Amino acid sequence: MSQGTAGAEGAPQVLPEGKKRQRKKRRRKKKDCKTRLVRSNLLLPEPEVEKSKRTVLASNRLKTTKYTALSFLPKNLFEQFHRLANVYFVFIALLNFVPAVNAFQPELALAPVLFILAVTAIKDLWEDYSRYRSDKEINHMECLVYSRNEKKYISRYWKEVKVGDFVQLRCNEIIPADILLLSSSDPDGLCHIETANLDGETNLKQRQVVRRFLELDSEFDPLKFTSVIECEKPNNDLSRFRGYMIHKSGKKDGLFKENLLLRGCTIRNTEEVAGIVIYAGHETKALLNNNGPRYKRSKLERQMNADVLWCVLILLIMCLFSAIGHGLWVWQYAEKKKPIFDVPGPDGKYLSPVLASVYLFLTVIIVFQVMIPISLYVSIEIVKICQVYFIHQDKDLYDEETDSQLQCRALNITEDLGQVQFIFSDKTGTLTENKMVFRRCTVSGIEYSHDANARRLAMYQEPDSEEEEAAPKGGTLSQRDSICSHQSIKVVHRSQSTKTHRRTGSRAEAKRASILSKHTAFSSPMEKDITPDPNLLEKVNECAKHLEIMRSHEQPLSHLSPELCDIFDFFVALTICNTVVVTAPNQPRQKVRDRFELKSPVKTIEDFIRRFTPSRLTSGSNSSSSSSLATSKSVHRFGLSVLSSTSTESTLLKLEEKLAYSEQMNNNGYSSQQGRTAVGSGPEEGELRYEAESPDEAALVYAARAYNCALVGRLSDQVSVELPHLGTLNFEVLHTLGFDSIRKRMSVVVRHPLTDEINVYTKGADSVIMDLLLPCSSDDPQGKHQKKIQSKTQNYLNLYAVDGLRTLCIAKRVLSKEEYACWLKSHLEAESSIENREELLFQSALRVEKNLHLLGATGIEDRLQDGVPETIANLRKAGLQIWVLTGDKQETAVNIAYACKLLDHDEEIITLNAESPETCAILLEQCLQCIESKFSNNTIDEATGNMPVGFTPLYPPSSPVLSSLGLVIDGRTLAYALEPTLEDKFLALAKRCRSVLCCRSTPLQKSMVVKLVRDKLKAMTLAIGDGANDVSMIQVADVGVGISGQEGMQAVMASDFAVPRFRHLEKLLLVHGHWCYSRLANMVLYFFYKNAMFVALLFWYQFYCGFSGSSMVDQWYLIFFNLLFSSLPQLITGVLDKDVPADMLIAVPQLYKSGQNMEEYQPHMFWINMIDAMYQSLVCFFIPYFTYYDSEVDIFSWGTPITTVALFTIILHLAIETKTWTFLHWSSCIFSILLFFFVALVYNASCPICHPPSNPYWTMERLMGDPMFYFTCIISPIIALLPRFLYRTLQGTLFPTQLQLGRQLSKLSPEIRTQLLTKLNVKRKTILQTQPFADSFSPNLGSNASDCYTAYNQNSPLPASHQKNESLFPEPARAEHTTDWTVAASPQGALFYGDKHSSASSLGRSVGFHEVTHSTSEVESLSVGAAFPWNSAVDQSDFSLLKWITSTPLFSRFGAVLQVSSSSLQNESQDSMSVLGSSLHVDFKGLKEQSANNFQDKMKGIPADNCKSDNSETTFL
Amino acid sequence: MAVNYSAKEEVDGHPSGGGGGVAGGGAVGGGGAVKTRKPDNTAFKQQRLPAWQPILTAGTVLPAFFVIGLIFIPIGIGIFVTSNNIREYEIDYTGTEPSSPCNKCLNVSWDSTPPCTCTIDFTLEHSFESNVFMYYGLSNFYQNHRRYVKSRDDSQLNGDNSSLLNPSKECEPYRTNEDKPIAPCGAIANSMFNDTLELYRIDNDTRIPITLIKKGIAWWTDKNVKFRNPSGDTNNLTALFQGTTKPVNWPKPVYMLDSEPDNNGFINEDFIVWMRTAALPTFRKLYRLIERKNNLQPTLQAGKYSLDITYNYPVHSFDGRKRMILSTISWMGGKNPFLGIAYITVGSICFFLGVVLLIIHHKYGNRNTSADIPN
Repeated sequence: MSQGTAGAEGAPQVLPEGKKRQRKKRRRKKKDCKTRLVRSNLLLPEPEVEKSKRTVLASNRLKTTKYTALSFLPKNLFEQFHRLANVYFVFIALLNFVPAVNAFQPELALAPVLFILAVTAIKDLWEDYSRYRSDKEINHMECLVYSRNEKKYISRYWKEVKVGDFVQLRCNEIIPADILLLSSSDPDGLCHIETANLDGETNLKQRQVVRRFLELDSEFDPLKFTSVIECEKPNNDLSRFRGYMIHKSGKKDGLFKENLLLRGCTIRNTEEVAGIVIYAGHETKALLNNNGPRYKRSKLERQMNADVLWCVLILLIMCLFSAIGHGLWVWQYAEKKKPIFDVPGPDGKYLSPVLASVYLFLTVIIVFQVMIPISLYVSIEIVKICQVYFIHQDKDLYDEETDSQLQCRALNITEDLGQVQFIFSDKTGTLTENKMVFRRCTVSGIEYSHDANARRLAMYQEPDSEEEEAAPKGGTLSQRDSICSHQSIKVVHRSQSTKTHRRTGSRAEAKRASILSKHTAFSSPMEKDITPDPNLLEKVNECAKHLEIMRSHEQPLSHLSPELCDIFDFFVALTICNTVVVTAPNQPRQKVRDRFELKSPVKTIEDFIRRFTPSRLTSGSNSSSSSSLATSKSVHRFGLSVLSSTSTESTLLKLEEKLAYSEQMNNNGYSSQQGRTAVGSGPEEGELRYEAESPDEAALVYAARAYNCALVGRLSDQVSVELPHLGTLNFEVLHTLGFDSIRKRMSVVVRHPLTDEINVYTKGADSVIMDLLLPCSSDDPQGKHQKKIQSKTQNYLNLYAVDGLRTLCIAKRVLSKEEYACWLKSHLEAESSIENREELLFQSALRVEKNLHLLGATGIEDRLQDGVPETIANLRKAGLQIWVLTGDKQETAVNIAYACKLLDHDEEIITLNAESPETCAILLEQCLQCIESKFSNNTIDEATGNMPVGFTPLYPPSSPVLSSLGLVIDGRTLAYALEPTLEDKFLALAKRCRSVLCCRSTPLQKSMVVKLVRDKLKAMTLAIGDGANDVSMIQVADVGVGISGQEGMQAVMASDFAVPRFRHLEKLLLVHGHWCYSRLANMVLYFFYKNAMFVALLFWYQFYCGFSGSSMVDQWYLIFFNLLFSSLPQLITGVLDKDVPADMLIAVPQLYKSGQNMEEYQPHMFWINMIDAMYQSLVCFFIPYFTYYDSEVDIFSWGTPITTVALFTIILHLAIETKTWTFLHWSSCIFSILLFFFVALVYNASCPICHPPSNPYWTMERLMGDPMFYFTCIISPIIALLPRFLYRTLQGTLFPTQLQLGRQLSKLSPEIRTQLLTKLNVKRKTILQTQPFADSFSPNLGSNASDCYTAYNQNSPLPASHQKNESLFPEPARAEHTTDWTVAASPQGALFYGDKHSSASSLGRSVGFHEVTHSTSEVESLSVGAAFPWNSAVDQSDFSLLKWITSTPLFSRFGAVLQVSSSSLQNESQDSMSVLGSSLHVDFKGLKEQSANNFQDKMKGIPADNCKSDNSETTFL
Repeated sequence: MAVNYSAKEEVDGHPSGGGGGVAGGGAVGGGGAVKTRKPDNTAFKQQRLPAWQPILTAGTVLPAFFVIGLIFIPIGIGIFVTSNNIREYEIDYTGTEPSSPCNKCLNVSWDSTPPCTCTIDFTLEHSFESNVFMYYGLSNFYQNHRRYVKSRDDSQLNGDNSSLLNPSKECEPYRTNEDKPIAPCGAIANSMFNDTLELYRIDNDTRIPITLIKKGIAWWTDKNVKFRNPSGDTNNLTALFQGTTKPVNWPKPVYMLDSEPDNNGFINEDFIVWMRTAALPTFRKLYRLIERKNNLQPTLQAGKYSLDITYNYPVHSFDGRKRMILSTISWMGGKNPFLGIAYITVGSICFFLGVVLLIIHHKYGNRNTSADIPN
């Protein structure tokens, strides 16, 4: 039986039993609270079980519903009243029940509130019902539970499973609760589970039977289970489980997460398992992890809420005004006799003015309640749901390859997508495919470039259309390159085979392939087929031959040359130092079992002693028997190995192989019943599949396989490796020290079958491994050689990094038996400890991973995803600052950044690498100063530039993005920079950079950076990532985007939006984000306007009814106006309006800035709308007022035209604001108007005596027979809307916003449009083309072209203008003096130019351009430093040159600073650097070698000379 | 397993969805049934519905302004002329000025007996050709006061017998008087205008009374549908109103408002007109009709007239004004030049703006749009 000692957390009522236990164990009380005791249910009589179950522990019944039939109404209402608006409206409605203040019929006033509440309640009810149904479905799933009566497992519903029950599970069954694994049909006591339901990871995870039960010989019998399990309270940590099992004998066994089967996972590869339920139902980890939807409040909504508060204030002011007015009105009659129309209270007494005004205050709150739009929140919710629907439906956001589409997981922040200012992106898997492809490696200091492999990879990138040329091209290439004929054949063969793969990868079959690959992650042909480097392959073969000879002659291994030895170890390490699981192709989830001996890993000291006594030598003896077969198998498998094999041979072997396989299957007792048959595995048939947790691992294993060093089997305690000549070697795995992000490495401890030595193979980040190498003395030749190898390897590593490859170092360590025994002892202690096991294991790992011997390093390419550079370029044009936060090393990251156009070769790059907080501070300070001095010109220019132009606020001068700066910062420096003292400086620097690249950053740092930007810059941030390490960042950002890629679902689960690929971000942001934002912004503004306008009508009336709270609008119209008559058009517009068509938004990404700058909904717009609302309501009130002044009109015959006029005005106002009219818009507007008349006519004809006090019988009917009604209704909306209409028209003509221009552009015919768009793009390149444009621009400013020109420059946003760097001046200059163009920006030139400017003739200005360049061309080039700032000052494209002159002195200083901070790189290539940028990228390739060296030097920078080296690291590329 | 419900809805069949146990298991087990999630390529779902995208620029809205101008100006002129053709004559007989004949009645109270009367002579400069409507006008009289407007019982007025004897609470404090229900109850009825106006033409010092028609001044629906006398066995109104009492300020009960049975009780048209509360504090109410007798004579020819007033209605206490208005009416109602002027003004403004926009369009309309898009 089970007994929860303290009940669920926070539950104060503890059962008698629990109490008893607590009393008994008072000493352990504290501990008891933290643990749970579980016993077998079979030990207790039934009723007691029932009793304890019902109360203390959660049953396995799943109940995600919130309500029951009884609790629904109160609970739902209670929840709804959490929304303040609802409380407000109910309060208003209830006020109506107070006779003294009531304004409307109380029942009627309740109607809208009830309607809103009912709609929400029905929605909630429906949701709850669907939850109930899915709960029921899950609760009624069946599983096998041991029954005490029948003494066997019988089928039960999931909901009947209780804690302490024994459950048996079969293969492919879903686990019903968190179960402690007690028995498994697997001889090792293993069990595999697939956790895809939990975290989306498709690889299998191993689980282990509790140790003691593993040793049981007989079958597990639940009846004999008498132990007590003490474990943690239910918690949501999926990766942790700790506890003891206390046996009757008093012995304790530790329980770990490896023993726990988690609810929701699926049993795989294991016939039968059984276990005891530890946590059930809502206490399972899966459900505790399930936190429900996240609620984020969008920026727009926050702004809106602020404006709602303004509305409240306006309302209160209006009410107060009315109340005071009424008080005065009453008071003026006080002294005389009361007027006949002032009705006393029911008791016949008149109210005092004060009391009257207090009552009136409440009354007018009711009357004016519409000011706070009751339907606003509901409408916004509806609109957002529709927007999400449309985003979902966009086929451009659908990825055919993975059959996945965009998912909106947060419903309420769609409009935030249109306002993003900063994008924080992960690199791996987000910008890149996360398809790791082995590119090259270095072993023992020798580099193997794998050229053929590179060519192969290049072919994947070619578009399909070139498929035809691919084969011959590959052939000629190979012929040219090949040395001997068999190699050329090989390459041709390879190119053909890749061709087939490419065809497989073609669009049509991509889906099928993706379905296949869902079963085996990381196994696209591109990743799998690696062309080996001939030299290395040769060496591997040689090495294998040697080894075979040695083994057959019983020679020690040390006779092998160190290089070959390293090569051998290198591949062994690649093969076994991982957690890759091997599966057979035909049954993807079937573990290949070719087990030769049964042995558990070393678990105890005794075990160790027993197994490591010299008498007992293990070897892969069995392997020799199958050696020949295995070798030839591998020949076939890798098809094209150098060992020439004819096709006939291979088919023969294939047959053999198949036979062998099927034999194995049968032998192991795994019949086909369990496995799902793989759908035609095509070219991969006959291959083993590798299931890896990370793509790097898979890539390395595939790489090793290409060198015939194939992983063929993995068990918990041994790895089988197939080697040429040697056959299958079985490495006994003693320990696996898993990868973690702090150590940044993983290790396996194995016993080498050939040498019988204990080897530690370590694989990890180069920065870590290099520090852990055995320090080698430079005295003896061996050490010297080793040192040389190390430095060479480091060199190559840097080269790899420059190429954008991911680098890993492989190292090994040989442990002596004594060392191992010593370490083992502490390790076992660590393993068995329960308290801080992780910490101890970490320490233990550190102890063994040291004094390593470097074997080599690998370079893995992570290819960019499709369209990433274009997307980034477009997003940047859209004014988004993109920060890449990656864990990769700096060089790799920088190169990827170049590849994806995040950094440009013609932009300056500030690199921050600091060793200490102090240097970091100094660095930041310096950089800031440099930029500051440049900026001072810029801002002054802007200030003056604003004056004559007058409409620059489109791009507020505060926009801080400097055109051409990139910032690269590494993890350590980032840690310093993020400290509170420096963060402001860091931000000040970072926000002026166009792009920021943070390398080597930890997940926590990522989230800190995002948080910093979000909080300090008050910017809208978006974080995009795909892996678990991005989760924190995604959660912190305003908008979190997950990439539903290969690395599991954690990122997606944490995100607000999930996209299949990075490139989808473009449309998501630029189109949908923009639309959602502009739609919602317009709708919200319209809502405020609408309500204010309507309420103001009533307010004006108060002046004519003695502020008595009277309303001329019938209460029905008043109450239903928002709900019925004016809601539909705005909803339609809010959902469907498109201010600019999608293609224009993509073509002109700059339009996105309107959202960033909140152009559609700026704070002042609320007030403008309010003023407009006041004006319109004045018109709508006073036109009927004057028309009907001093006539016999009664209140409601007068109020109805006003209502009608207001409705017309409101709908026409929306019509002006609507940009796109579909039939839905038309019909909704017409429908609304018709509905109003219909309702009015019916209502006014329905009942002659109802609806007091208005009693509008026959009013509408009569009005419609009156021509004055129509004349009023026609003229009033026109007068009311004339100003807005005129304003929009003039704005559209004279100073159109970017959006309006985009709209206009989209109306042009396609040819003209493309023409203009190309011009637009070219415009950025050449000044010559911009000049005529500029002349025709800004006509409102008259003929002064120079002003216009300024306007143009003001208007052009800064970030993208960096390209003018090479355009503004160089172009004209290049025509004449191509070489000396930089001089154009020299101070003399500026002076001259400044004079020209003061003469201010537009013609002279353009001539001036040429003259400048001509006249100054003779001036010799100034120093690098001086030329540079001028050049970048030109960047700013601000032409108030007078200011330049005043600021000239600054430049000398700046130049000096620059001189100091120039890096050695620049010194080496001063000539090319003087051109700064444009020509730099040409030289860059050539500089790579040098720069690699520079990097290396820098990295090894002498700490003693910190300041100096830091200076040199402020690289302005 | 069940992950949260909303995840399920949004993830839509993703392996991690709610009920994922089932869904996931199914997918793994079947594997074959590939249902693509590709969205439908329909115009609606892809937001490509055919649409009209108006762009508000000077060029595109020009015609609208001209059209508005050209339509409004004639309408305005028409309305203005019509309004100008209406004859209207107005006399203020409040009597605040000491010279006024009604000055003596200024401080009259509701129940002064005998009633104060006064006579005002006036001269019509122009004859009134068509039917003349005789109004009484009140100023500074807040008939639209919230509590005042509410203070009535429509079902009582509709002849409902139970409401007759038990009027609505809304009528408080004019609901009952001395434990008898008031008929008609409420403040509106209680404050009913009760001056009597009589018009005489003075022809050579003889006063020729002018026939004032008192029926047909109320809305037809009011008279016939909304207002009804209580029903009963008898046609005798006195009997029907048995058990009720008159409003406090009234000199006589409701069934004695008029001698004609079809204009007495609740369906008395003066009463009905009064009960239709005015929208604004300055209003007029139709009092009598003067029908044109024959085609030869104008209804009211130019000349001297005299107005006899039985001054019962006190307005001086709240600075109210009382007027008598004689007016002909047209299809558009009474005399009101405002709308005509408004139409003419708006029409002219629109026309003028049209011209301005035309100039703007000519100067700036044909620009190269792309030049302005920033890069």
